[in-house]
Amino acid sequence: MATTTSARDVAAPERPARRAAPVRRRSPGRRRSLLPYLLLAPAVVLELAVHVVPMLVGAWMSLRELTQFHIRDWSTAPFVGWDNYRVVLDVDSAVGAQLLHSFGVTVGYTVASVGLSWVLGTTAAVLLQRPFRGRAVLRALFLTPYALPVYTAVITWSFLFQRDTGLVNHVLVDQLHLLDDRPFWLIGENSFVALLTVSVWRSWPFAFLCVMAGLQNIPGELYEAAAMDGAGFWRRLRSVTLPMLRPVNLVLVLVLFLWTFNDFNTPYVLFGGSAPEQANLISLHIYRSSFKTWDFGAGSAMSVLLLLFLLLVTAGYLLLTNRRRNDA
Amino acid sequence: MSRRHLAILTAAVLAATTLTACGDSGDSSGAAGKTLTYWASNQGASLEADKQTLQPELDKFEQQTGIKVNVEVVPWSDLLNRLLTAATSGQGPDVVNIGNTWSASLQATGALVEFDDATLAKVGGKDRFVPAALAAAGAPGKPPAAVPLYSLAYALYYNKKAFADAGVTSPPTTWEQVAEVGRKLTGGDRWGLAVEGANPSENAHHAFTFSQQYGGEWFDSAGKPTFDTPQNVTAVKRYVDLMAVDRIVNPSNAEYAQNQSVSDFANGKAAMLLWQAAGSNLKSQNMAPDAYGIAPVPFPAAPPAGGKKVNSMVAGINMAVFKHTKNTDAALEFVKFMTSDAEQVALNRTYGSLPAVATVAGDPAFAAPEQKVLQQTLATTAAPLPQVPDESTFETLVGTAIKELFADAASGRPVTEESVRQKLTRAQQQMR
Repeated sequence: MATTTSARDVAAPERPARRAAPVRRRSPGRRRSLLPYLLLAPAVVLELAVHVVPMLVGAWMSLRELTQFHIRDWSTAPFVGWDNYRVVLDVDSAVGAQLLHSFGVTVGYTVASVGLSWVLGTTAAVLLQRPFRGRAVLRALFLTPYALPVYTAVITWSFLFQRDTGLVNHVLVDQLHLLDDRPFWLIGENSFVALLTVSVWRSWPFAFLCVMAGLQNIPGELYEAAAMDGAGFWRRLRSVTLPMLRPVNLVLVLVLFLWTFNDFNTPYVLFGGSAPEQANLISLHIYRSSFKTWDFGAGSAMSVLLLLFLLLVTAGYLLLTNRRRNDA
Repeated sequence: MSRRHLAILTAAVLAATTLTACGDSGDSSGAAGKTLTYWASNQGASLEADKQTLQPELDKFEQQTGIKVNVEVVPWSDLLNRLLTAATSGQGPDVVNIGNTWSASLQATGALVEFDDATLAKVGGKDRFVPAALAAAGAPGKPPAAVPLYSLAYALYYNKKAFADAGVTSPPTTWEQVAEVGRKLTGGDRWGLAVEGANPSENAHHAFTFSQQYGGEWFDSAGKPTFDTPQNVTAVKRYVDLMAVDRIVNPSNAEYAQNQSVSDFANGKAAMLLWQAAGSNLKSQNMAPDAYGIAPVPFPAAPPAGGKKVNSMVAGINMAVFKHTKNTDAALEFVKFMTSDAEQVALNRTYGSLPAVATVAGDPAFAAPEQKVLQQTLATTAAPLPQVPDESTFETLVGTAIKELFADAASGRPVTEESVRQKLTRAQQQMR
């Protein structure tokens, strides 16, 4: 539909002769109206197969008692209604309490990681805006973490964080003498710090890349005008750079939020299947509930709740930012 | 225009379908010319080393039967998940290795061929197999879901030179002696004992043995979890106290999950190690067989009422066949080959494990001191982990709870009866 309309719109006013020609050649009737749908069909089928059907299956599973007894022929799993939701939402039970705990950990992790990544990425992009010798090298260097395969990068971090043989403790304890005792990084409280470090290291180059692209689009005249008016570096940053980066930042923060909140690779590779409590992110928790304790029903219920939460936050965020943009 | 496109598309789809169909029609009658896929568990020093050990045997099998076997060695950390995925999807290998403690859990999925008497007859008959090993291959009262392939047991490995230097003349036989000897051996860069504190399965195995010794059980007769009984609390605390109270275990061991404890023992950083058939692994790390001694796993000096004389699980690797295989006969043929006398001697000798068939137990390959201790343990003081469907979940939950307790001990937080009970209670509440 859209294609025919736009073709007509473009062709209509000035070139009636060319407009007439295709109409004559086209055979009338059904096939013309079918073709767009036919062309759309592969995308629709893929969308159904990749997103919609698995999501529906997940929702269906969350209403079943799906354990090792039924996993092979999962369509026969007994229907339990909202039981799985009741259990995972009951914060007085161990299952619910653990889910709430890992939800809290994940919120803290996401806020800290997205915040730090954004600040680091923006700072680096702004500092690298003016040309200087070696800028290209520095840019390439900054993007390395983004280009490395996740597994390789994170497993290297897990070596660095080893208590006895890791480089982190070697530098902190043996070289800088900042600490007397060698701390653990992969177990106990510090595991959250370790996880956050790796996460920020991995995601700030993406922020850097986006902000850098955004900066290229700010017309130089704006800075010239601001300079004429006597604005210093900070004033220009506040009044020109950041407002002009707004559209980029809106998308950037949302994407970083979704990626970080759902992050599975970083904790899984860093800690193995069983992360310390202090760094037990919700994605890892759902994985453990489903695949390690073989309770796929409860795992699905958790996934559905997570999806609803993310949809809600995303919708709220988009509404809020859209309204602000309209106000402005 | 579009009609021609449609015709091309249709032709392409048809061609693709035909090609796929051709791929499927490779099946013919008779086992010869068939190909099996085999997931082997990691037994030796590395995945590659295992492949090199297995490949000549598989070639031999192909020569004998015409059946080709494609092997993939799967690391332990991935194996259960991959098996579960294969069981769920019906897509996957024909023949697999499974840790014998998972037998009942995997049996519950209904994805494995059951070895009833008729099926067992095809692989040489029930009587070939060591009874204790066969008993650990499925839920009680049901036909086994697998057959044993390699048998293992836990033993105490100790560094002879370190013992001699400290004036200790014989290996400890009680936990009290372990603590005492361990303190003598701890000093400088060396610690008394190495443990694999962040490995849930390893922790769960010790939880089982200690619990038996202190009169506990992890499941009642109905298969319901009984994690937080006083006996289990005492048992788990005894194990973690080796680090928390006796201080003979390096706190760093709390983050070990990649067999670093074996390396520590091989490198002399630890004087004792509790492990199953560590010999081949130690050899690959250049520790000479006469540098270490092997003794049975110790017991409490004064076992409480109900305490059992159990110092190892019946450890081992089983071989199972997926029901979804299109080549059941070829798969069983392969199982028969792997459990034949010749292969049992060859493979178990390489891996330092024990044969799962009774016929070759007397082979000189299994007369080394290490194998003798393992054999003795399996024959007299080993017990199988509870063969209940929730067993693999027990390993995950209790093993992780102990990992957290080790983390507490390592970072100087007290490990009390109360904190142990809390963790075990929480683990139990997650079993539904």
